Amino acid sequence: MRAMRVLFGRELSLAWGGGGGPLLACGFMLCLTAILPLAAGGDPRVLAPAASGASWMALALASLLSLERLFERDLEDGALDLLALGPLPLEATVAIKAVAQWLATGLPLALAAPVAALALGQPAHLIGLTALAAAIGGLGFAFTGALGAALALGAKRGGLLIAVVVLPLFIPPVVFGAGALTRAADGGDPLSALGLLSAYVLFAVVIAPVAGAAAIRNAQS
Amino acid sequence: MVKTVDIQSLSLSRGERLLFQGLSLRLSAGEAVALTGANGAGKTSLLRAVAGFIRPDAGTITFSGGPDAETLDAETARREGVHLLGHLEGLKPTRTARQEFDFQTDWLGGTDAAREAAITQLALTPLLDLETRKLSAGQKRRLSLARLVAAPRALWLLDEPLAPLDERWRAVAAELMAAHLASGGMILAAVHDPLPVPARNLDLGGLA
Repeated sequence: MRAMRVLFGRELSLAWGGGGGPLLACGFMLCLTAILPLAAGGDPRVLAPAASGASWMALALASLLSLERLFERDLEDGALDLLALGPLPLEATVAIKAVAQWLATGLPLALAAPVAALALGQPAHLIGLTALAAAIGGLGFAFTGALGAALALGAKRGGLLIAVVVLPLFIPPVVFGAGALTRAADGGDPLSALGLLSAYVLFAVVIAPVAGAAAIRNAQS
Repeated sequence: MVKTVDIQSLSLSRGERLLFQGLSLRLSAGEAVALTGANGAGKTSLLRAVAGFIRPDAGTITFSGGPDAETLDAETARREGVHLLGHLEGLKPTRTARQEFDFQTDWLGGTDAAREAAITQLALTPLLDLETRKLSAGQKRRLSLARLVAAPRALWLLDEPLAPLDERWRAVAAELMAAHLASGGMILAAVHDPLPVPARNLDLGGLA
């Protein structure tokens, strides 16, 4: 328990300190949101139907930003060896890092997502649902992102590789998350889409630590 | 508590290149072994294999200990009984030395009393509030040596431990190693200069 707390504290401090990771991700997301009306024109009849989808795309892209920091830095400076010789199995280390990533980046983005969606013309009564779906999806982004970051370990300029590995894995949560919002905007019941989103997230939570730990062991040898 | 490390007919290769084969070595409590050999002979790879990071092509590495010197589960033995001090110190440049030292020793199972002792022995007090990017190579190495003292573990795997240290701190490091051996610890160190404690020598030879 103590080891989990110690590692969790370090990960949060690394994510928040030195460069303001969460603020950067939120700023990036809001920039993306601002670009869309400039590119597609400011007509609300065009923007409003795309608001949920566009905000989810911005969410997925913003979730990519700090993934390189997750394992690559620890591999470069040797801290990963230290983590591997600690009391917890690597699987637990990957899971703790992913949860810290969610807390530091996913939750702030979930708070910024309704702002982005509202700005693009999403109905105001969907604010709560937008934040909830973004928070659930953010957990999936953090775990699949951790898996991608572990797979890209050791490749030079791994940041771009992470994006290419991870973005396809982000497609299902984007489909389900944006689908829930679109359906709710049309007056339907978003629960089935939210259920599928949660199922995908649970799947990622189970798979990513195991696969990520295997990828890290491979990179360390 | 790990009391012996037994390496039996070990073969290691990196990529296509065979580093060595049929290497056997037994290390018991209180013993130190100095690994020598040309650059690229496999000293670091041997240390990483003992730490469990490189899977050997052939041969076994077993840890034993406990009251009846029974064979220990290798993974548990490594998680509880092995320190690896490599070329990289694992320090985050923007965190203070104190944050990193506290994290590393907490993570590796250090105690408050041992931590205080380590800070005193390596005179770290003036360094602790600095960001680690401001430390020199020798100061970083002192921080890492303090980690070995603050989180007591039986087997020290050291890769060129003295290289960045000056005369004064080499003497201190020698005292720490002697104290570790006297308390039943083991040291396996890759070196070019002789180890400052009585040690058997194992020459891995030159490039094959």
